[in-house]
Amino acid sequence: MTANPTVQAKPQALIDGGFPAGGLMSLPAVQWARANLFSNWINTAVTLVFAYFILKGLFGFLSWGVFNAIWSAPDSRLCREAKGVGACWALITEKYRFILFGTYAYDEQWRPAIVIVIFIALYVASAMRRFWNRNLVFIWVGGLALIGVLMWGGILGLKYVENERWGGLPLTLSLATFGIAFAFPLSILLALGRRSRLPAIKAMCVGYIELIRGVPLISLLFMASVMFPLFLPEGVTFDKLLRAQVAIIMFTAAYLAEVVRGGLQAIPKGQFEAADALGLGYWQKTGMIIMPQALRLVIPPLVNTFIGLFKDTSLVVIIGLFDLLNAVKAAIQEPQWRGFGVEAYISVSIIYFIFCFAMSKYSQKIEADFAQARNR
Amino acid sequence: MTTTAAARSTAATQPIIEMRGVNKWYGEFHVLKDINSTVLQGQKVVVCGPSGSGKSTMIRCINRLEEHQAGQLVVDGIELTNDVKNIEQIRREVGMVFQQFNLFPHLTVMENLTLAPIWVRKVPKKEAEETAMAYLNRVHIPEQAQKYPGQLSGGQQQRVAIARSLCMKPKIMLFDEPTSALDPEMIKEVLDVMIGLAEEGMTMICVTHEMGFARTVADFMVFMDKGEIVETAPPKDFFANPKTDRAKLFLSQILGH
Ligand SMILES: Nc1ncnc2c1ncn2[C@@H]1O[C@H](COP(=O)(O)OP(=O)(O)OP(=O)(O)O)[C@@H](O)[C@H]1O
Ligand SMILES: [Mg+2]
Repeated sequence: MTANPTVQAKPQALIDGGFPAGGLMSLPAVQWARANLFSNWINTAVTLVFAYFILKGLFGFLSWGVFNAIWSAPDSRLCREAKGVGACWALITEKYRFILFGTYAYDEQWRPAIVIVIFIALYVASAMRRFWNRNLVFIWVGGLALIGVLMWGGILGLKYVENERWGGLPLTLSLATFGIAFAFPLSILLALGRRSRLPAIKAMCVGYIELIRGVPLISLLFMASVMFPLFLPEGVTFDKLLRAQVAIIMFTAAYLAEVVRGGLQAIPKGQFEAADALGLGYWQKTGMIIMPQALRLVIPPLVNTFIGLFKDTSLVVIIGLFDLLNAVKAAIQEPQWRGFGVEAYISVSIIYFIFCFAMSKYSQKIEADFAQARNR
Repeated sequence: MTTTAAARSTAATQPIIEMRGVNKWYGEFHVLKDINSTVLQGQKVVVCGPSGSGKSTMIRCINRLEEHQAGQLVVDGIELTNDVKNIEQIRREVGMVFQQFNLFPHLTVMENLTLAPIWVRKVPKKEAEETAMAYLNRVHIPEQAQKYPGQLSGGQQQRVAIARSLCMKPKIMLFDEPTSALDPEMIKEVLDVMIGLAEEGMTMICVTHEMGFARTVADFMVFMDKGEIVETAPPKDFFANPKTDRAKLFLSQILGH
């Protein structure tokens, strides 16, 4: 807004004249609002119009989502009466166990509940610099072993639950966690291979990356579930969940490889030469000099890909696995809860959002830490 | 300082770098043309010549940052071939200081200095840190050990880079225009470190246009032009009576401003 200074000065003086010094008007927030939102009449008008719509939207959502909402009901009759006026959170209170745990044996659902807690604890531990040492490897191995025991059971008096019946949030978290844990190292090797001076290795990596990037994940998953078994010798089976996991890893690795390669290309030639001149071998140079710098440069696109992977795990629906999103879909397929999709999707969106937002925030934090350390 | 230079070079008889008919091409472009030169242990060589004459390329062949395509290059008794073992062995004995410092920005000064001794020479960490501190003292910046390179001035960074090479206890030091990227007031602090190193008897090959340094330190000058070694002479003779027209022209440009 190009404010004419004389026009701007006039109301300012009037307002200042109307209030004693040190009053409400001198609060920083009020001063900020006056400078940015009400500096002239156009600004004021725009501010008021937007404020009207924002408040109206907010009030509409609150009255639907909170004041008129049905919070619990044994069946959907109450909800149907309130439809359009109030939200039916009763669907969630009734169905949350199916949404969170899928078709996992009902009486045993405390086990996936603990698994969720373990996953989150592992993420939190990995995020803390205090744990960034060799022990983290043991923490993860122990955590994952415990998760495996809890999910499968079959020992320690736990009932065996086959992985065809796993579902909901634990499934989403496993697919995403193992997806990242395997795709990331694989992508580093692919990126290095793509820059290799050995033609055979380079061609293989380029071929792999271009081939996998060129097809949608959904078709990879489909191929993994339908075509893959055709190539295996008779009698060898390879379970559905594992096949989906492999497809996700292969897909994500191709994308991550290009992100990592971008970082590698940004490293000045002098860094390679200085490492060479000191006599460092290829893996020492790559592991201690080049990769740490390259990966720091590409934290934002790396996390972008991680977040994408986290959400893409929901595509396993096409091979009949019930991850978080598909468990919701299944829950609202039941005749009596049909038509309450909005509430269900809002709830699971909140869960997805919490995980993705945490990743995003965390990546900003470590970026800032690294930048500070190097004082650039 | 000048008095000792001649005395040392007579004492040194062991050839440590031998180039025999070294040639190199970038595609069609002939960068190094039949380079012949021998450097004895403890000698200091200053290489000069116009821009693009192949000075950097030549010294980078000595530690195989560049590959020569014809001729023989023997460093510390080992011939440089495609054998990776030989290359790594030679690089351990040859330190290099670059125009752009090339410190590792994600590591502290101390980590920059101890990384190669620990991983390449397998020196215990504690010992490597003691050595590193000793060299930081030598280059007069022991108080910067825990800082990151980005927090130091150019002159300090270049001194860290020199210390980093010295921590590997090399037999030969290569310098490629170590002061060209520095502000004038920082050049002296780096040259002083290099002069100190020369006095201790280190074998040094320096590409530099600092002619005062060359006069003080060099056992002989190597003048290059268009990929050839045009003239080799002790600095006294080279500056007073350059034999070739090309060297005369170069000296008039560089000394006459
Ligand atoms: N990678 C390369 N590919 C092709 N030509 C190159 C390459 N590197 C250097 N050259 C060419 O080789 C010649 C010699 O380069 P070099 O860097 O050795 O010169 P120099 O004497 O060190 O010059 P300066 O004083 O500018 O550093 C130059 O003409 C340069 O353009
Ligand atoms: Mg050069």
